[in-house]
Amino acid sequence: MTRRITRLDRGGRLIDRARDITFCFDGRRIPAHPGDTLASALLGAGHVLQGRSFKYHRPRGPVAAGAEEPNALVTLGGRARMEPDLRTTTTEAFDGAEARSQNRWPGLGLDLLAINDRLSAFMPAGFYYKTFMAGRSWEKLFEPIIRRSAGLGPAPTEADPDSYEQAYAFADVIIVGGGVAGLAAALEHGRAGARVWVLEQTPHWGGRAVVDAEADGATIDGLAPEAWVKAALAELEALPNVTLRTRMLAAGLHDHAHLIALESVADTTPGADLPRQRLWRMRAGKVIVAAGALERPLSFPGNDRPGVMLASAVRDYIVNWAVSPGKRIVILTNNDDAYRTALVALDAGIAIPAILDLRKTPNGPLVQAVRDRGVRILPGHSIAKVLGSKQVKGIALCRHESRGEAWLERIPCDAVAMSGGWSPTVHLWSHCGGKLAWDTEAAFFAPDPDKPPLGADGKAMAQCVGAAAGALRLDACLASAMSAAPQVETPAEEPIQPVWVTPAEAGPHLRAKMWLDFQNDVKVSDIQLAAREGYQSVEHAKRYTTLGMATDQGKLSNINGLAILSQALDQPIPATGTTTFRPPYTPIGFGAIAGEARGEIFQPLRRTAMDAWHEDQGAHWEPVGQWRRPYCYPGKAEPHSAAIEREVLAVRNSVGMLDASTLGKIIVKGPDAGRFLDMIYTNMMSTLAVGKCRYGLMCSENGFLMDDGVVARLSEDTWLCHTTTGGAEAIHAHMEDWLQCEWWDWKVWTANVTEAYAQVAVAGPNARKVLEALGGVDVSREALPHMSWTAGPLGGFDARIYRISFSGELGFEIAVPTSQGMALWSRLLEAGKAFDIRPYGTEALHVLRAEKGFIMIGDETDGTVIPQDLGLNWALSKKKADFLGKRAHQRSFMASPDRWKLVGLESLDGSVIPECAIAPAPGENANRQRNTQGRITSSYYSPTLKRGIAMGLVHNGPDRMGEEIIFNADGKEVTARIVSPVFYDPKGEKLDV
Amino acid sequence: MRRYSVFAIAREAMRYHEGWERAWPAPTPKPRYDVIVVGAGGHGLATAYYLGKNFGITNVAVIEKGWLGGGNTGRNTTIIRSNYLQDPSSAIYEKARSLYEGLSRDLNYNVMFSPRGLLMLAQTEHEVRGYKRTVNANDLQGIETRWIGPQEVKDLVPMINLHGPRYPVLGALLQERGGTARHDAVAWGYARGCAAMGMHILQNCEVTAIRSENGQVSEVETTRGTIGCKKLAIVVAGHSSVMAEKAGFRLPVESMALQALVSEPIKPMIDVVVMANTVHGYLSQSDKGELVIGGGTDGFVNYSQRGSWQHVEETIRALIETFPPISRLRMLRQWGGIVDMTGDRSPILSKTPVGNIFINCGWGTGGFKAIPGSGWAMAELVANGEPGPLAADFGLERFREGRFIDESVAAGVAH
Repeated sequence: MTRRITRLDRGGRLIDRARDITFCFDGRRIPAHPGDTLASALLGAGHVLQGRSFKYHRPRGPVAAGAEEPNALVTLGGRARMEPDLRTTTTEAFDGAEARSQNRWPGLGLDLLAINDRLSAFMPAGFYYKTFMAGRSWEKLFEPIIRRSAGLGPAPTEADPDSYEQAYAFADVIIVGGGVAGLAAALEHGRAGARVWVLEQTPHWGGRAVVDAEADGATIDGLAPEAWVKAALAELEALPNVTLRTRMLAAGLHDHAHLIALESVADTTPGADLPRQRLWRMRAGKVIVAAGALERPLSFPGNDRPGVMLASAVRDYIVNWAVSPGKRIVILTNNDDAYRTALVALDAGIAIPAILDLRKTPNGPLVQAVRDRGVRILPGHSIAKVLGSKQVKGIALCRHESRGEAWLERIPCDAVAMSGGWSPTVHLWSHCGGKLAWDTEAAFFAPDPDKPPLGADGKAMAQCVGAAAGALRLDACLASAMSAAPQVETPAEEPIQPVWVTPAEAGPHLRAKMWLDFQNDVKVSDIQLAAREGYQSVEHAKRYTTLGMATDQGKLSNINGLAILSQALDQPIPATGTTTFRPPYTPIGFGAIAGEARGEIFQPLRRTAMDAWHEDQGAHWEPVGQWRRPYCYPGKAEPHSAAIEREVLAVRNSVGMLDASTLGKIIVKGPDAGRFLDMIYTNMMSTLAVGKCRYGLMCSENGFLMDDGVVARLSEDTWLCHTTTGGAEAIHAHMEDWLQCEWWDWKVWTANVTEAYAQVAVAGPNARKVLEALGGVDVSREALPHMSWTAGPLGGFDARIYRISFSGELGFEIAVPTSQGMALWSRLLEAGKAFDIRPYGTEALHVLRAEKGFIMIGDETDGTVIPQDLGLNWALSKKKADFLGKRAHQRSFMASPDRWKLVGLESLDGSVIPECAIAPAPGENANRQRNTQGRITSSYYSPTLKRGIAMGLVHNGPDRMGEEIIFNADGKEVTARIVSPVFYDPKGEKLDV
Repeated sequence: MRRYSVFAIAREAMRYHEGWERAWPAPTPKPRYDVIVVGAGGHGLATAYYLGKNFGITNVAVIEKGWLGGGNTGRNTTIIRSNYLQDPSSAIYEKARSLYEGLSRDLNYNVMFSPRGLLMLAQTEHEVRGYKRTVNANDLQGIETRWIGPQEVKDLVPMINLHGPRYPVLGALLQERGGTARHDAVAWGYARGCAAMGMHILQNCEVTAIRSENGQVSEVETTRGTIGCKKLAIVVAGHSSVMAEKAGFRLPVESMALQALVSEPIKPMIDVVVMANTVHGYLSQSDKGELVIGGGTDGFVNYSQRGSWQHVEETIRALIETFPPISRLRMLRQWGGIVDMTGDRSPILSKTPVGNIFINCGWGTGGFKAIPGSGWAMAELVANGEPGPLAADFGLERFREGRFIDESVAAGVAH
């Protein structure tokens, strides 16, 4: 590869020529200056070749100088900081950066996969839909090959060491784009006192106007645009109500003017103790889109060769970074703007061997200015071929109105600057429903001001100004952005002549060499093929050819593609329409989207007041909802099964204690609270006496059991509802849903006080003795009977004591303010020493309740089970006119006696039946599936009974006591006998003592 | 229909591919058809295809208000699986999955069915039990799934973090013949197959009214004129309630947007499809190299097909937690599709209160994987006027009878 140093001797408004930095590209050291992008520095070091295309692996250089770049993608950084698919044109060069080319093997210069390019005649759009269908050849052979060769950059393999931050902002006006239009709009709204944010995606203010003025000498209020921008920034910086941000990309506009923006904080200082990026969720009164416009390439043979660039990009590289893609640049254009590129190139001492203007008689002031400098201007001429493969070596000249087969001349050159006109950057406008209108004169889609995206008030939430509104000329641009627009001097321009294919009569051979989507290798011929085959909707053509589906999302290709589709279908461009603009404008990192919520704080870990003590005891944890709860407390080298057995027996034989703080606790209060609870619960709660507790069931509207728990009436108008640990938030929301949407006029208030109380269950025959040792409250059978509660200074604590049991033993649950939880726990441990009190975990809790035949929400229920299935008919009030689920229970299938119902199950040999086992029934159903007749819902080893016990739902189970049925699990069969689900103390003698 | 093959490509390569014929024509509507299918998405086209193929009914029009395959068929995350818990669900999804196995050859259109394995991660004890139950159920249903431990999960997905500080991976439900297919190709392949049988696919043809006489459907009014029919099949997913209203009945369906997104393409990173329901996100990698990511539904009823923000954050967090190396990849594109959710999150394939109008809807967040089975069962329903065994349990009457088919039981969410 020829390496020519093309950094110009002077100029470069964005680089600090006094300072040198170095980065690596494919192992080579590349000199650069602060302010360079990777692309500008690589060009400056003579590296035009910067990437390979996706499908045919064609050699590619940058075609653009900004966010629209499809070709020049690299992988930055190594190991854990490796980031693939970065555009060199928007990646800031920094000292020590390591960049590697991608999608090539073995190297960028020699890429063996470029064989695909040779085979491209056999690989047109959609070829893969038409072959690879024999046998399993797709999954076994062809797909693996395609998968390996597809993709662009390498896949990261390590966790990201960097941190990310998220922030919120609210503003009256958010202005997207820091060019002259955006700054003018900022002045307009800032001076009026509005809270204004201005977001600029690059590190620099000023946009196109400052570059273009280098060519055409335009002035704003008599100042060069650069000076005007400086003055505007000075004024804006002095306004306290205006916030200016560079390196901040407005990525997406969502409903109600919710703008997502990504700020680069420390991308160029890896390892710095800063968040790498900051994701902003911004809410605006109005979003002003001043995002400028994107230049369109022209479709001519060989337009993808490294060195063929947008005319504006060539201009940018010369003016901003003092680099040039070549020393001799041929310009191909259909408009006057490209002549600005000629002017800055000439000023920089670069030769312009010819300007090929697709128009017949270009004669505007800019054209004249170039002509005056002796440049050869060839109206009506075009390019028949670009010579050279990894670098432009010249072009073959032809007439635009021709088949492109007659070469008039070879013009040696090392770069081609092309301009097919401009398209307003309407992405944000369109993200949330703003509509576009085709401007025939200017040949672009511009925002239709009559069909803006609407905010919550039904009014426009976005507005486009400047080039983004289609006001390409500097005077119109500023006039659109501010009411008292400054005086602008800028040369007149002649109209563009829309040209979508050149040479105009090119045959299929040449159309197959005209690239539309550079990255995805979609050519003019592919779009025409799609049209021919009936993929005529713009979305079909896109999806069939992959046009616009590359990482630039069609910024360069979409308008050209749909114009060619329109031509192929012989319909006007507006009839074809555009594909949908989707967020984000350019890709944004997953790390920033996730923000701080990673690792330990991915989701909040809820800990009880006694959490540290459990940890010290070596508890094995189990996540339950967002809480963690001790599953069991194994001793050193003790298996979990042994620990669970020990904990169960402690409760059965003496006393155990459980941290029950995670149980949901919802206060329901108000004059209508009783009436409300009567609707929420299947039981009657309004008649519960103050001081009493009742076990309650909640059903969904469809009648399915959704939660259970003990309800205590605290006072005349206050109830405390216990829920399951995992259900607390959902049940609270469920209550509020009904209160706010259906019974909004009922006087009821709810509060989720789960975290306000620590709660300890003390269970076992010696439970009362432990409480009595603490003293202060009479907890005798008479004073505190089963299913009642009392409050008092138990052991000096501010305690509420519930006499309830989920184990079948004598049980109390003691609630104290969370701040006293650990102290209470310690006192109970101390007081229980005499009775060898043991903490027990969730698994012992499960075993205890299963021995007793109590159901567990989530085990015996799964959203398809109704209380009747579980033998809980007693909890369904018959006195109430209505409750949630009552009507559903009358549906025929619900009321049918012919359902799967709860039973106990025990294996014949005493072993534990595998949980989740299913019992087949004879025969098959109409779909050839085995019939079934039941399933295991819970299965444990019972330390108390010294054998396996299980609960399950069995077809007509309660009527089949003693019957033996076979269960299948993991391919094995187990015979089980149907028994009562209450394995322990069926008469309840242990409970009420 | 001229057949596609490697030879056809070679032949066309010699003449710059100028000789390919249309995949489906653009006919003028006839005044009357035996059957009109409203909705040229995957389900509608498959319904028409199997009406022709299985029942010889070819005087059929599939009418579409936009472009065919433009609804959820072109917006989903392309996952195919049949590891459902309830018998009726697993029957129809397995029918679909098994048809996908041979679909490319059947249609002579490569839909790129790629059974590269599908995992549903269990990250709580509750999920472990749910998936073990599913494995046992699948065994009796004749569906090959199995429970695998954490190490086997790691072998299949080397980048997974088994020991997430919040939700460790305890194992997974694996369906080895689950995977993905190319979603657009499914619609295009069926459309081409329908056209080859002489059926009419009428795009840009919106139904504005449905008329009936004596309780029997008679004709539809469309933006391309009035078209008569003997039978009408409504297969329009997100807009089912809208279409039902035109026919004069109501549906127990709510429509909302389901969110999805893709990353930029990268070299192979994950070979299988992984669904993580506790943290709520699912992930696969397309043949093009993009990570295809699905999230949740917006929590409000609407018809906007836009990408919203809140779920993107939740989903990406969940996936970075599970697959830490994806943190430095970037979101390329996000979008939404309107899913039609029933009360039990299972579909409706049913007769309706209007004679000879049949409805197929309610696939919610899981429709793509069902397309062939859904079309097969719907064709049977339309042709015979009564559901066959695959559709029998999915009738509208189940909501009245309380005979729900609830899949959220095992999966936590239904996808």
